[in-house]
Amino acid sequence: MTMFLSNLISGISLGSVYAIIALGYTMVYGIAKMLNFAHGDIIMVGAYICFCCLYSLGFSPFVGILASMAVCTLLGILIERLAYKPLRQATSLSVLITAIGMSYFLQNLAQIIWGANPKSFQTVIPAGNVSLMGGELKISYVSLVTIAASVVVMLALSLFVGRSKMGRAMRCVSEDKGAAQLMGVNVDLTISVTFAIGSALAAIAGVLMCSAYPTLKPTTGAMPGIKAFTAAVFGGIGSIPGAMLGGILLGVIEILGRAYVSSELGDAFVFAVLILVLLVKPTGLLGKKIQEKV
Amino acid sequence: MKKTTVSKYLRRFLPYLIVIAAFIVCQSMIKTGAMPRTTKALLIPVCVYIVMAVSLNLTVGISGELSLGHAGFMSVGAFTGIVIAAYFREAFGAPEAVQLLMAIISGGVLAGIMGVLIGVPVLRLQGDYLAIVTLAFGEIIRNILNCVYISIDGKALRFSFNRPDLPGKLLFRGPSGATGVSRIATFTAGFLLVLFTLFVVLNLIRSRSGRAIMAIRDNKIAAEACGLDVTKYRMMAFVTSAALAGMGGALFGQNYSTLAPSNFSFNASILILVYVVLGGIGNITGSIIAATVLYVLPEELRAFSDYRMLVYAVVLIAVMLLTNNVAIKNFLASLRGKGSEKSERKDGEAV
Amino acid sequence: MSEKVKRKSNTKMVPFPSRSIVPERDVGKRPVLECSHLGIDFGGLRAVDDFNLTIGETEIAGLIGPNGAGKTTVFNLLTKVYQPTSGTVMVNGIDTAGMNTVQANKLGLARTFQNIRLFNQMSVEDNVRIGLHNQIPYSMFSGILRLPPYWSGERRQHEKAMELLSIFHMENLAEEKAGSLPYGAQRRLEIVRALATNPRLLLLDEPAAGMNPKETEELMDNIIRIRDQFKIAVLLIEHDMNLVMGICEGICVLNFGKIIAKGTADEIQQNPEVIEAYLGRQKEDEK
Repeated sequence: MTMFLSNLISGISLGSVYAIIALGYTMVYGIAKMLNFAHGDIIMVGAYICFCCLYSLGFSPFVGILASMAVCTLLGILIERLAYKPLRQATSLSVLITAIGMSYFLQNLAQIIWGANPKSFQTVIPAGNVSLMGGELKISYVSLVTIAASVVVMLALSLFVGRSKMGRAMRCVSEDKGAAQLMGVNVDLTISVTFAIGSALAAIAGVLMCSAYPTLKPTTGAMPGIKAFTAAVFGGIGSIPGAMLGGILLGVIEILGRAYVSSELGDAFVFAVLILVLLVKPTGLLGKKIQEKV
Repeated sequence: MKKTTVSKYLRRFLPYLIVIAAFIVCQSMIKTGAMPRTTKALLIPVCVYIVMAVSLNLTVGISGELSLGHAGFMSVGAFTGIVIAAYFREAFGAPEAVQLLMAIISGGVLAGIMGVLIGVPVLRLQGDYLAIVTLAFGEIIRNILNCVYISIDGKALRFSFNRPDLPGKLLFRGPSGATGVSRIATFTAGFLLVLFTLFVVLNLIRSRSGRAIMAIRDNKIAAEACGLDVTKYRMMAFVTSAALAGMGGALFGQNYSTLAPSNFSFNASILILVYVVLGGIGNITGSIIAATVLYVLPEELRAFSDYRMLVYAVVLIAVMLLTNNVAIKNFLASLRGKGSEKSERKDGEAV
Repeated sequence: MSEKVKRKSNTKMVPFPSRSIVPERDVGKRPVLECSHLGIDFGGLRAVDDFNLTIGETEIAGLIGPNGAGKTTVFNLLTKVYQPTSGTVMVNGIDTAGMNTVQANKLGLARTFQNIRLFNQMSVEDNVRIGLHNQIPYSMFSGILRLPPYWSGERRQHEKAMELLSIFHMENLAEEKAGSLPYGAQRRLEIVRALATNPRLLLLDEPAAGMNPKETEELMDNIIRIRDQFKIAVLLIEHDMNLVMGICEGICVLNFGKIIAKGTADEIQQNPEVIEAYLGRQKEDEK
């Protein structure tokens, strides 16, 4: 029982990281209608920046996180302006390939700057546990902080998108870019802000993830990126609560699958559940069904 | 009138002509010793990737479904081929050509069956959801292969899941994949397989079934109203594509002495998709050229060592930006004397 | 497919004298379409309610009404894009309950679309060949291996497609991309494609939309010619009253999902309820 609870909590913790990444994916998808495959690699960049701040420059973890958020935000905006903006009118496949190119670019740039050898990332969050149930169940601070961070991020994001003026602009642009432009919404700015937010979230996710799983390589972001994309689809792509739900469920399924089904087949298990869900609900858990008008 | 029919036939057989001409040039270079060893080593993989790109183009370009798991079918073909070739060698002492043929056929058949199994759920979905599920299946296939062990014991093949302690000679050992494969793939076999793939795909496109597949891509609702069985034709494209990918994979498997499931990751699927998109969606000749150039390019860029993938990425992005640049597009169109035409796959849906 | 189809024996021949609007030449024959008490709900909204209509074997019928009255929804119900919540649709005496669009088409319902739906990337001829898909079949393997059925099938498809295109004098456009045709030609191509599926009843959704008066005039002649040549019935939705009143033998007026009148052109034009709901008063309208 405690074993199960402890697995469940590490599942939720891993899922929270996926959720934060998936939020970035889902927002960019909802507003720019593109699959930003480079999103996973921004996580990696964020983690490297934090790593540099802590070890090379000797800054405090807090500064490290802020710095990595700042760099990733700029990077996100830069990538959007340079690579994606000229392709607004292009087919979605062209944009997808460009995003893949960007992903290769970031990975290889990181390899040239930081080398291919894995760096061991030390946690930015104080090590230690909270003991529950007479010390049988130990929850690490990293897990707690990760879970708390994801909840805060989701609430803040929901408020921002639901209440603020920029949030309304985002919802507008996601419905109809052309109409939004005619109503005086600055579409370019809105999309840039979306990328900025998504990338800042990716930085947070990167730092949290490397605090929990302390190996940092140029390809660190690739698999979590794919998983987060899966999570976003799982929850219904374009939906903020959906991304959160999808991320957490995915994390839980992955950890429980590894623990109780087969450690080698953890990923296969995750993807199998995804397929089953999509077969029952073809637009994800919280996705809206869009029917074509005949 | 005469001239247009000649150019029409020329265009129709252009893919075959390019492949045959390239084969003749390569063969004569090999005979005269003009081809460097490093380039010669690329010939078979290039053939395989042409097969992969052309078959994926059938799904992505002709049927209009974004598949991100094509390498999964390739891996099924590759490992089936390796096992079957080894079986025919060990059990019957069959000659190499027979081993290779059996490997390719069985790889194609098994990948085709896999295509049916995956196609049934996948083709109920649309758009990005379909893409993610193909991605998921690609990853599932790789994960499962990581747990499979196959050995040959006399004339019997033995399989196990997650248990390496099989009697006989191990042919396939989970994460380390197949080792000690005898490399029986030949350039001629690759060339013939490319011709076969072109024959199947081009003839399919230019027939009743191919038109149905394209009609469903263009407008599913109208296709249904015309009495087309949508699932049947989407399935036909998907399974044909999977079977051809399996055949390509089988040839690929016979070209390396060791091959692991990790060679067929998500990135491998993406690589093939890049060939298809850069060659032009739905353009078979384009796929052939793009697969060749883009496979050879990073290999030839080895001189740049660390920077080669960086250069590759920059080239990729630059090509996408340039080919989608409105000014350049119009310029190219005016060169062709066609005026500015709308971009290819933008459906001008009337409101 | 036809084994699955339940054959209901209670199909009535169109009786005489009939309260419905079927023209006299079709009386005593099996009607091509019988809708009874057809209805559909979208959530709480009753989009079509108690829709009853009989169309004779070679009748040209019109379905008119204000925007949003549910006309296209009726087409979607007939062609099984939507499944009705209540009522039955019989095509040539066969109940279509539980069928899908493809089966409805094989039974003889072919349609065009209000927002044109052509296969834009394909040539004009290939669009028509898609219509002929089930009429002139050969297998995938014959196609790939180029066996004799392929050659004869392709030749017959080509000949038939050209013959059908000639109805609208479009043979010279056969090689053009369908998406690049002008609007009027696209509408005509949709009709040709629908005809190619060998229908018993042709459903035309605003066939004259976007056409100039001359084109509309030609279209009217062509609809009559199609009916006479193929011996089929036509049901059309149209806002151009010249066309509707000019060629429709029976007209059905829909408002808020309900039929408010049925009858001949003269009867409809006199009907006060129709004038109120749709046609408008004499003062504004010179007609």
